Amino acid sequence: MRRNQVAVVGAAETTELGVIPNMSQLQLHADAALNAIADAGLKLSDIDGFATAVETPQQVCHYLGIKPTWVDGTSVGGCSFMLHVRHAAAAIEAGLCKTVLITHAESGKSMIGKAPRSIPADSLQGQFEAPYGVYGPPSMFPIPVLRFMKTYGITHEQLASVAVVQREWAAKNPRAMMKDPITVADVLNSRMIAYPFRLLQCCLVTDGGGALILTSADRAKDFPRKPVYIMGTGESVETPMVSQMETFNSSRAFKVAGPLAFKEAGIAHKDVDHLMIYDAFAHLPLFGLGDLGFMPYEETGKFIAEGNTRPGGKLPLNTNGGGLSYMHSGMYGMYALQESVRQMRGIAPAQVPGAKISVCHGVGGMFAASGTIVFTNER
Amino acid sequence: MAEPQRARPKPTPETQHFWDGTKAGELRLQRCDACAHVFFPPRPFCPSCASRKVSVFKASGKGFLYSYVINHRPAAPGFTPPYAIAVVELAEGPRMMSNIIDCPQTPEALELDMKLEVAFEPLDDKITLPVFRPAKG
Repeated sequence: MRRNQVAVVGAAETTELGVIPNMSQLQLHADAALNAIADAGLKLSDIDGFATAVETPQQVCHYLGIKPTWVDGTSVGGCSFMLHVRHAAAAIEAGLCKTVLITHAESGKSMIGKAPRSIPADSLQGQFEAPYGVYGPPSMFPIPVLRFMKTYGITHEQLASVAVVQREWAAKNPRAMMKDPITVADVLNSRMIAYPFRLLQCCLVTDGGGALILTSADRAKDFPRKPVYIMGTGESVETPMVSQMETFNSSRAFKVAGPLAFKEAGIAHKDVDHLMIYDAFAHLPLFGLGDLGFMPYEETGKFIAEGNTRPGGKLPLNTNGGGLSYMHSGMYGMYALQESVRQMRGIAPAQVPGAKISVCHGVGGMFAASGTIVFTNER
Repeated sequence: MAEPQRARPKPTPETQHFWDGTKAGELRLQRCDACAHVFFPPRPFCPSCASRKVSVFKASGKGFLYSYVINHRPAAPGFTPPYAIAVVELAEGPRMMSNIIDCPQTPEALELDMKLEVAFEPLDDKITLPVFRPAKG
């Protein structure tokens, strides 16, 4: 795909984030969509392309009253929205539609109008993982981490520092769920969830949503907000079974999606001013830093523990506070994208001064899928 | 009310031989007749070279502890926390999720790379689960 041909011209989260007991999941989609449409200065009738995950495009389009000529229901977990951005950019370039709305919403905490996740007993997961006591992401996502730690000499303290640093960013963000400072000792003394991970190394569980609007870069200059250009994109999937990953020393999906996006954007790692790595659990930023090629895996834990990703550090990472401290409705990718867009617009609560290039890297499932978007505010 | 039971696998035509094997006290894997690739979970073709000529064979049942978590909460139905959810790398190459029996469920006792051997745990008259215990000797 050619770089900088498509731009984000509308971006918004739901009016509230956190615990939203007065709204169904479907209405959260609508709330985010209406906020994004207002942000872009558009009408619903201007939308001719639509993408969402978990809920179907037909469900959300009909609820909103949208008549699309292009839809994408790719649903590969929390990074689905990165894939939607990539697919939407291609669709706009191909002339299949002009203005794409991407929505995410999840009543992850209140569970209103949300179908429970279930694993059929005759699926491969149902036969070869479920009988061993896996029960939700906390029991599955951290399974690779002990091997990763042993291979690369990563310490428990370094993994705890991920949560500490992200809380520093969250403290600067009025909409973050958790803002009180924490220490490495606080993390290591918090309640055990799934060894080696404790409560403060696991993401929040909240309600919320977000929406993006994309159009061609040529049209983008006529919109009220500063356009944020899609500079590069990548995607891949590996396996829905964490036990069947090629290796626990890296994520194959990360290693395909990340470098694709860098290559398409034509950037080197030193060009990256701002970085988001989807952090459902504390090990993901370490996998991301290594798999995206920022540094050898052995250095990732030390890099974060020494403060290089904290406010004022040389590689600002997860500047909204991340899934660990900002919010996590279940499919966090949309909130990472929102923060990248805010940073590129120059309006983030914890703004990185002068940031011109933002890399936003997402995971779906338990390393099952990945999507990477490189944004820039210069064409 | 009945005690909550742990998740019961339901075999499909492609996996039936595996579950027949565990019931007979064998851990069965598949090997490609064309390229010799050994793979798991079961399927009637080779995921490496796409050949449909594959054979089922009895695996050694030996392996090592590749990684794990010790789950504290929330516990799955039929499990009493804390319990380890492990990934075992088999001597033949494939990895599989399992539980580790005859071993304290602690970080001290569960050492990565420790040698393991298969054991069989009947869930009912149809399904027997392969689990692993520390290898003797």
